Amino acid sequence: MSGGIIARPTTAVPEDEVQRYNFAERAYHWINAISYTYLMLTGLAIFTPLAYWLAYVLGGPATIRYWHPWIGLIYLATIFWMHRLWKRDMQKIPEDEQWSKNLRAYAEHHDELMPPQGRFNAGQKQFWWVMLYCTFILLITGIIMWIPEKMPRELHWVLPITVFIHSATALITIAAFIIHVYMSVWVTPGSMKAMVEGHVSTGWARTHHRLWFEKITGRRS
Amino acid sequence: MSNGNLEIRAISAHKGGTPGGGEYTQSDGSTHIGATRDYDVCKLIDTTTCIGCKACEVACVEWNGYDFRETTFDNTYQTMPETVWNYWNLIKFNEVETDGGLQWLMRKDQCMHCEEPGCLIACPADGAIVQYTNGIVDFNQANCIGCQYCVTGCPFNIPKFNEATKKVYKCTLCSDRVGVGLEPACIKSCPTGCLHFGSKEDMKFEAEKRVAQLHSNGHADAGVYDPSGVKGTHVIYVLNDAKHPENYGGLPADPRVPIFVKLWKGPLKWLGGIGMMAGVLGVFMHYVRFGPKEVDKVEEVKR
Repeated sequence: MSGGIIARPTTAVPEDEVQRYNFAERAYHWINAISYTYLMLTGLAIFTPLAYWLAYVLGGPATIRYWHPWIGLIYLATIFWMHRLWKRDMQKIPEDEQWSKNLRAYAEHHDELMPPQGRFNAGQKQFWWVMLYCTFILLITGIIMWIPEKMPRELHWVLPITVFIHSATALITIAAFIIHVYMSVWVTPGSMKAMVEGHVSTGWARTHHRLWFEKITGRRS
Repeated sequence: MSNGNLEIRAISAHKGGTPGGGEYTQSDGSTHIGATRDYDVCKLIDTTTCIGCKACEVACVEWNGYDFRETTFDNTYQTMPETVWNYWNLIKFNEVETDGGLQWLMRKDQCMHCEEPGCLIACPADGAIVQYTNGIVDFNQANCIGCQYCVTGCPFNIPKFNEATKKVYKCTLCSDRVGVGLEPACIKSCPTGCLHFGSKEDMKFEAEKRVAQLHSNGHADAGVYDPSGVKGTHVIYVLNDAKHPENYGGLPADPRVPIFVKLWKGPLKWLGGIGMMAGVLGVFMHYVRFGPKEVDKVEEVKR
């Protein structure tokens, strides 16, 4: 076709790039991310009067109390799917220890001091396990808070502890969430494209995840 | 609420003046006959003169406009095991064996209107629970979101959830009646005068007087139940055996707002809020100081 315009879906991997996340991974990630954001905002609305205005923005206080646990189930389902897809990549490798030790150098962008990393770096793995374990705690406490009317009176002493743990755990995930969003949107340009369109430049892959890059391309660099 | 609204002209089952009455002068110089009912109101329940007639239960249901609901028979006179979302006033019947004797205890159970209300402290919904200057703790169902944190905060098992409306309900101490100078419906219906209503000061005075009487009659353990763990309540009891309030249908000996509710609504809320703001500011300052990690374009060409 001479002189014609060639269009391709941006999700198709161009020649000089490599695929980082397939469609299923991206879909689960974004359903998970949207549901988490809803849970965080509605949770904060109920957590502190300073954020109660969010309840009105998101549909009304009684409405968010109704939906928060249901959306929680969507969040739960997608994080479990992601875990199924990623659990192998999230396992510790020997280089991780050195990476964690050099965290300061990583934060100050002295990446030449960092050991090569696999598909996910040690920091991403830590984020993953924090979110996964916190999700378990939020699930158990959340179910109790969903239907406290089913709780026998003799067990009511559990309720205050449950709400406290749910809130404290949620705050831990928010700390992790702030770092995660900051890292992906601002610190490592290309990450957002990886999660939206699925592919990254070879330079990006080589710089941030050398072991993974070598594995998928068979190249030494 | 103005002072006038809380003034009570007469009290049922009381002849003559109101308890603690006499002539008194208000701050504006006006002189009144009767008790002072300016600020904190109080219901006094003298369990030693309760006959378990349940007139208060009926009056409560009637005034608040609920249908009389099904009852649960458990071989006692008690109408049902505990208060329900539309049955706020329940006499608890308990048989307690003492050495060589049996006590048949009757206690009218309802919201205690704590001075430090655990329900209100725990509630996240703007305006769903209010405490009036007169001490009445009231739920406003229009603002209730149905989270039941109030159930979590209450040491008396009072707020009850309605699964159909997804709202929580409890005794209002007839705030709608008190606000227009009437006593609560239960007080009005009591035939023995075991229920009294007035200012906290007056009711404490009445209660102590009754306790002294009981002491002189040989009831050495008689006392007033006005638990200090919740900074006092606006419903107080005269108990024949104040050393064992739990005998009276599970009245807690030392009710308190649960410590985890206080930790969650206090330090956790502040630490969480400051932490989140510090986190956002922290990552922003990091960006300003170090910027993003650019992938070296030269390296990309070199591959």
